[in-house]
Amino acid sequence: MTATVESAPYTVEEVCEQFDPVMGLEVHVELNTATKMFCGCANAFGAEPNTHVCPVCLGLPGSLPRLNGTAVESAIKIGLALNCRVRERSGFARKNYFYPDMPKNFQISQYEDPIVFDGYLDVPLDDGTTWRVEIERAHMEEDTGKSLHVGGATGRIHGADYSLLDYNRSGVPLIEIVTKPIIGAGVRAPEVARAYVTALRDVLRGLGVSDVRMDQGSMRCDANVSLMPKGATGFGTRTETKNVNSLRSVERAVRYEMGRHAGVLLSGGTIRQETRHFDEQSGTTSPGRPKETFADYRFFPEPDLPPLEPSRDWVETLRAALPERPWERRARIQTEWDLSDEELRDLVNADALDLVADTVDAGAPPEAARSWWVSYLSQQANTAGVALTALPITPAQVARVIALVEDGTLTNKLARQVVDGVLAGEGEPDDVVAGRGLAVVSDESALTAAVDEALAAQPAVAEKIRAGKTKAAGAIVGAVMKATRGQADAARVQELVLERCQ
Amino acid sequence: MSGASTATGGQSELISLDAGELARRIHAREVSSVEVTRAHLERIEAVDGPDGVHAFLHVDAEGALAAAEAVDRAVAEGGPVSPLAGVPVAVKDNMTTTDMPTTCASAILDGWRPPYDATVVARLRAAGLIPLGKTNLDEFAMGSSTENSAFGTTRNPWDLSRIPGGSGGGSSAAVAAGEAPLALGSDTGGSIRQPGAVTGTVGVKPTYGTVSRYGLVAFSSSLDQIGPCARSVLDAALLHEVIGGHDPRDQTSVDGPLPPVVEAALAGARGDLAGVRVGIVSEFSGEGYQPGVLAAFTDAVRVLGELGADVVEVSCPSFSYALPAYYLIAPSEASSNLARFDAMRYGLRVGDDGSQSTDEVMSQTREKGFGAEVKRRIMIGTHALSAGSYDALYGKALKARTLIVRDFTAAFETCDVLVSPTTPTTAFPIGERTDDPLAMYLADLCTIPSNLAGNAALSVPCGLAADDQLPVGMQIMAPALADDRAYRVAAAYETARASASDAGPRIPELRALETSR
Repeated sequence: MTATVESAPYTVEEVCEQFDPVMGLEVHVELNTATKMFCGCANAFGAEPNTHVCPVCLGLPGSLPRLNGTAVESAIKIGLALNCRVRERSGFARKNYFYPDMPKNFQISQYEDPIVFDGYLDVPLDDGTTWRVEIERAHMEEDTGKSLHVGGATGRIHGADYSLLDYNRSGVPLIEIVTKPIIGAGVRAPEVARAYVTALRDVLRGLGVSDVRMDQGSMRCDANVSLMPKGATGFGTRTETKNVNSLRSVERAVRYEMGRHAGVLLSGGTIRQETRHFDEQSGTTSPGRPKETFADYRFFPEPDLPPLEPSRDWVETLRAALPERPWERRARIQTEWDLSDEELRDLVNADALDLVADTVDAGAPPEAARSWWVSYLSQQANTAGVALTALPITPAQVARVIALVEDGTLTNKLARQVVDGVLAGEGEPDDVVAGRGLAVVSDESALTAAVDEALAAQPAVAEKIRAGKTKAAGAIVGAVMKATRGQADAARVQELVLERCQ
Repeated sequence: MSGASTATGGQSELISLDAGELARRIHAREVSSVEVTRAHLERIEAVDGPDGVHAFLHVDAEGALAAAEAVDRAVAEGGPVSPLAGVPVAVKDNMTTTDMPTTCASAILDGWRPPYDATVVARLRAAGLIPLGKTNLDEFAMGSSTENSAFGTTRNPWDLSRIPGGSGGGSSAAVAAGEAPLALGSDTGGSIRQPGAVTGTVGVKPTYGTVSRYGLVAFSSSLDQIGPCARSVLDAALLHEVIGGHDPRDQTSVDGPLPPVVEAALAGARGDLAGVRVGIVSEFSGEGYQPGVLAAFTDAVRVLGELGADVVEVSCPSFSYALPAYYLIAPSEASSNLARFDAMRYGLRVGDDGSQSTDEVMSQTREKGFGAEVKRRIMIGTHALSAGSYDALYGKALKARTLIVRDFTAAFETCDVLVSPTTPTTAFPIGERTDDPLAMYLADLCTIPSNLAGNAALSVPCGLAADDQLPVGMQIMAPALADDRAYRVAAAYETARASASDAGPRIPELRALETSR
């Protein structure tokens, strides 16, 4: 611990001897709609600054918002996937505050009547149990632009020489998903927080409504934490740790805040209600800029947008089309493919589950499909520095390679060369086999001749094998494989070597 | 300004003709659009200087003549042209235009050139109308006299020492003075109708949502409505049909057919009002109403009776809440709508010397860029929406709004249209009410209810007040989406009055200007 830490954090175990933690998690999700929430500009990450802007998302005088129906559809889908109720009549409100990256100096959001509310998510924990996190609401709002503070030490606005504004993100549709207070998790609170955000990410990915990339900010978590003395019923004062941008950080931030709160409270201090920043390096939080005045957002109904009244039929159509929940799908796949928990976890961690499933759907046995994606292809992705999903090979192509191994056309070693060829853009697996001349040498007489030749070239080794030292066969197998440029089935060569030495 | 004092300077016959007649002559090639446009530009040149009417903040003579030439070519080629093609029009300077600045008469937007046309402006261009320029208004349309313009007040052509009404005093004065046959206004609490009344012109606030607000710089979004200014009911209807109708860019825009206002204006001018039930709103008379205004209004109602209308009195007790409710709702929305003027992206920027924070630059810009009335309303609105006041102020105003809607609904069960004086007095002298905001606000007493309820309402001239010889307007209110009823009654009345012996002049002679010279 460095000297900057306010008080030595207690471990969660120590904290929970005297306190019950209470959490509230607010997750902002950028929807992946083609266009922004209220205009026709592209909703795209990483473009040149201020290239995806128009009078509406720049908030120019006279412009008016026009609601993106796909954003509403996504919001309803998210609500349904979180077991929420869909409000028959909801509306937008203006949240008024001044900030340069917010072009109208108000944000169109939802206030008293969010589109979906009152749901829950059963979150799988590491030990195989589930934890029900209750959902207060999920509402739609528009994202702000981005400020880039230039100069100064911190990259924060204070001390900067000047600031640049990029409005590409302005008006990107957001969903904010707010939990009810999570009470009773005790020492598992940090784990529950991470598991909830993980489960939420998986659900949203399954719905296809967001890229859910925490590293790119398309999913952001604010973690509210407070402690109440054991047995108490009233909540303690909370702090809100903003923009925690990885799953691991969610867990660490909650853990740190629990310890910090306990340190303050046990030394007779009081917790100040404030926002805090999480530092990835140190795993600690620090106070955000203190608000000089009470924030009064002066919400009032957005007069430029009519009420939102999704028809019952539409909602039911969306409900019927909801995909299987990711963990339910995983459980089904685990059974169908006969995977151990660890094997399943490796698949998920490698981001390979969908790829393997698609490979299996293309006709490959689950075991072979899984092996290819989590080992050789993961290595290639690592080496190339790209996501597994971004490798230029399709599950169907992998399935074809596996089929070629199964029918004896390829050895595993040759198969890897075929995969290399596909990755190198040499075409379909069959094209690579033909182009590189990679089919296995399966002519027995040719192989036998090669074995005899190798034995004759290394008489001492041949003698050892004849004397029963079968391990020595490896040298002969190696020579044969070399002579056939790897295009022989090594196992068959081994058998032939032993046969010829009997 | 010498031209204004001569008999011929800017006094071509063309400037006194109705838009419909101008269009007929242009399409028949009796006169070219260029000639018509030039006549109006000369009239502007003659009477619109800073000491004159000062209706315009910006005149685009070159653009107007180019547009006129294009219409003349289309007419010469015999192609189809729309009914008002070739007719000049003035545009209130709170609607965006790509080829002219849009200032809202505010220092904070001085020189801003929008990158897009308001839907109504695009529709004017598409219909071949000739935008002459941008007209003066109270800053951000907040006011009843144009005295709140950052660029100087507009003067009433009937008496240049008097206000032309507001906020759309520029548009109405331009039409009254023959500087343009038509103009666009925007009406949030009466800003088309009240200037229409005090300048002796027709001003229409269509049903909320029937004319797109896209490109209208918002004052109070739930109340703002663009509408036509003209010298005749039929001209207003013709312009109404050009600008009206659904616009997908405005989600409060009504997705349905526009009421048949031109047809109604034509029918009204030809026919009588037999069987039409006209309700006089009893709350809109008595104390505070100028006797000459009440007399002219009473006489107008008499004419409606002579035309066959069944005239009754109706009471709308909640209308007494309209003014206070309006002065909470409109400032509340304005406080939010005007937050965007923060020096970051366009318009005025004050204090950007590198030593001050963003907050300081924003604050100094807004301090310098907004006038007193705008600041007053931003503060009132900010207060009304704040956590401790919302229920008692903004929330209560919404309830009053609901009561006003109910009063209208009840009144329209027994009446086809409601009538009242448009504004309690004729044009008051410039400066008379600038230190008394509440007195100023009373000018919109009769017009505000229709903004709160969203129904249609117009003001039609009903002669000059006997006590000061200044124009008086009669307001005709109709249910939402029944704008045609108001047009029919207005057109019938207008026709009857035109044939009366005491009809009076339709275009003022700029008396004060001439006598002051």
